[in-house]
Amino acid sequence: MKSLNLKAGLVSLLIFFTFLGIWYVATLPVSGTPAAGTAGLSAEQIEYQKMMGKDPGSTKTTGFPTLGQMGTAIWKQVSNPLYDNGPNDKGILIQLAHSLARVGLGFLLACVVAVPLGFVIGMSPLLRRAFDPFIQVLKPISPLAWMPLALYTIKDSSISGIFVIFICSVWPMLINTAFGVASVKREWLNVASTLEVNPMRKAFQVILPAAAPTILTGMRISMGIAWLVIVAAEMLVGGTGIGYFVWNEWNNLSLTNVIFAILVIGIVGMLLDLAFAQLQKAVTYVE
Amino acid sequence: MWSELAARTPITRSPKKENTMQGFLKIEGLSKDFSTTLPARPVFADVSFTISKGEFVCIIGHSGCGKTTILNVLAGLDSATAGHIFMENREIGGPSLERGVVFQSHALMPWLTVRKNIAFAVVSRWAGWTSAQVNAHVEKFVAMVGLTPAIDKKPSQLSGGMKQRVGIARAFAIQPKMLLLDEPFGALDALTRGTIQDELMAIVRETQQTVFMITHDVDEAILLADRILLMSNGTDNDGVYAPGRIAEEVINPLPRERTRAGLHHLPGYYELRNHIVDFLVTRAKAH
Repeated sequence: MKSLNLKAGLVSLLIFFTFLGIWYVATLPVSGTPAAGTAGLSAEQIEYQKMMGKDPGSTKTTGFPTLGQMGTAIWKQVSNPLYDNGPNDKGILIQLAHSLARVGLGFLLACVVAVPLGFVIGMSPLLRRAFDPFIQVLKPISPLAWMPLALYTIKDSSISGIFVIFICSVWPMLINTAFGVASVKREWLNVASTLEVNPMRKAFQVILPAAAPTILTGMRISMGIAWLVIVAAEMLVGGTGIGYFVWNEWNNLSLTNVIFAILVIGIVGMLLDLAFAQLQKAVTYVE
Repeated sequence: MWSELAARTPITRSPKKENTMQGFLKIEGLSKDFSTTLPARPVFADVSFTISKGEFVCIIGHSGCGKTTILNVLAGLDSATAGHIFMENREIGGPSLERGVVFQSHALMPWLTVRKNIAFAVVSRWAGWTSAQVNAHVEKFVAMVGLTPAIDKKPSQLSGGMKQRVGIARAFAIQPKMLLLDEPFGALDALTRGTIQDELMAIVRETQQTVFMITHDVDEAILLADRILLMSNGTDNDGVYAPGRIAEEVINPLPRERTRAGLHHLPGYYELRNHIVDFLVTRAKAH
């Protein structure tokens, strides 16, 4: 097992360095043709070409950042993650904190609504059928489609972002909670009945732990979706956050910062997922 | 017909006579009908018997005759279509701590340790107890089934026999007025089954517990029971449906201090065994 992990690690490293190698080669400056350009041109012609954005003296690049430029950009961002130079220029950690706060708030709101509601729906076959058509219709709606409605009714872009996170997180949690609660083994409920356990104790000490792995699965899916959606939502509402950062750097034509942001989004998403995997592990039981 | 049966074997008596006796648990005219359309086809009908305090009663019959339904009605987990059950002259209306149940599937909560599984039951019974009191009580009953070394293990770490022992300890720990056992050893291998039968018998004799138990195993019934109820399946005879019923009550004539090892040397053992096996083979379904 250990040697398998080791081998897998080595292959991962190989893939990574191959990728870097391809990047390096693909962004090598193309030399030769433009260098000869200045020879036969008059000073006016060179001036004219510079004016047109075609500097004949410079080496032509693809425009895509090289590894060196990328490294510099990453170092610049990482070494000073908390700077704040006004609304359009904040450090990466400040932007991340805004995004995480929105995701956290929206997600928490979704928990508060989805878990108790899912509990009730899971317990009652009647309510399950009654709620089913609404859930089926509302679930496939892209959360961003709610944005105009949210902006109009809430009239606050930041809260609208939180609402969008809420609405995208609520469905997987609701469905999983209802499913988990509905599929709690009959025998555990029978044990609780024969022991005359009161409903609250039954809910918290039998049904909740029995359904916890399924509920946590729903939460993990929700968190994954929320982290996907926050980037798009912040591009729309603007102001702060990692999504806005990406959009802003695109407007600045700073591809290095865009790539850096993409990397950060990926890593943070992975860490969030890992955290939920740990939580899931903590509540999972072996039968 | 009843008198015929009674005449054929001295250990048989009519269940009708029993009704007039003062019993600890009285079952009167019980029937259960799962069919939703007319004509009614009850699984069993007119089931009446009594159990005295301190008595160990086994019910034996083929699958589908309604044994488990009777036990579930006694436990309060299911309701009968007709008939009444009285315990100490009070009608049973639902599940109660006065009747402990050992389920066939042991029904332990897999997220709790042995200690906490039993503590869950103990706290249900005596809500006001301090944790020290609960713990002492739990340890006493875990020791009773010889599981002290495994007290802090989860059910998934235990063998099938150990799990069933925990189930038995849990049922005894609430010190119910009577125990209901639904084929508790059905899923165990023969060796383990024998050991736990001995343990159960010792505990029951010691605590003077009143027990009602379902079994498929004739030897198990003869070893444990003071009285054995033989139940027949519902049958169609020339288009006339006869529901399942208690066809016979057999009193165990063997001395109460019997052991598994010496059982087959006791005089009367083979007659009793043959009688029950004959019933199961020839008469249980042929009505």
